[in-house]
Amino acid sequence: MEPRIRVQEEPFDAAAEMAALSEGRTDVGGLASFIGLCRADDGLAALVLEHYPGMTERAIGRIVAEAVERWPLTGCTVIHRVGRIRPGEGIVLVLAASAHRAAALESCGFLIDWLKTRAPFWKREEFADGDDRWVEARDTDDAAAARWDAPRP
Amino acid sequence: MRILYFAWLRQKTGIAEETVSPPETVRDVAGLIAWLAVQSPGHADAFAQARQVRAAVNQEFARPGDPVAPGDEVAFFPPVTGG
Repeated sequence: MEPRIRVQEEPFDAAAEMAALSEGRTDVGGLASFIGLCRADDGLAALVLEHYPGMTERAIGRIVAEAVERWPLTGCTVIHRVGRIRPGEGIVLVLAASAHRAAALESCGFLIDWLKTRAPFWKREEFADGDDRWVEARDTDDAAAARWDAPRP
Repeated sequence: MRILYFAWLRQKTGIAEETVSPPETVRDVAGLIAWLAVQSPGHADAFAQARQVRAAVNQEFARPGDPVAPGDEVAFFPPVTGG
């Protein structure tokens, strides 16, 4: 299984990426997806995402490797956008495919939880009035990530 | 030693990257922060909220007690907010 990992400025095509994990094969029984979208909270005009080139790819690679270790995946895709993202646009795409739904759904949840807390991305919010501010990390994200810390049965 | 700054640490220091030669007494991340923090008012401002500063040594997340050495790439940034 060769995971597909990309960090890019361009929007992603979720349907095409999903098709790529199931086309031409008959061993995939479940394909789970998560798409993180940019909301227009408080008059937000755009999100600007910064990352640490080099470390980002390494960190995502390690998170995906951990998922592959824990669940029997037939395919896995992580695409994270950087640069300026407008409300309504996708920020991150996570796809996990497996023979059965539990592995696909659980690993997809694991991947996005760890991506939010263990990959070096930073969001800055730009508002219509010209204001801007860095998004602060949330304890709820740490708690979500921590639920995967316990050894699996 | 190559130092990188991201997000508001980059804005506060006013630089994305610098090469420094700290004294030999600087042996870990915490020591490096203490030394960098007195290099300029911008550095002092960037490191003032110590609890909001995270680090990576050679592209691996690092803790205050983790060692740093000449030739290392050390990055400073706020807690991550991707996804």
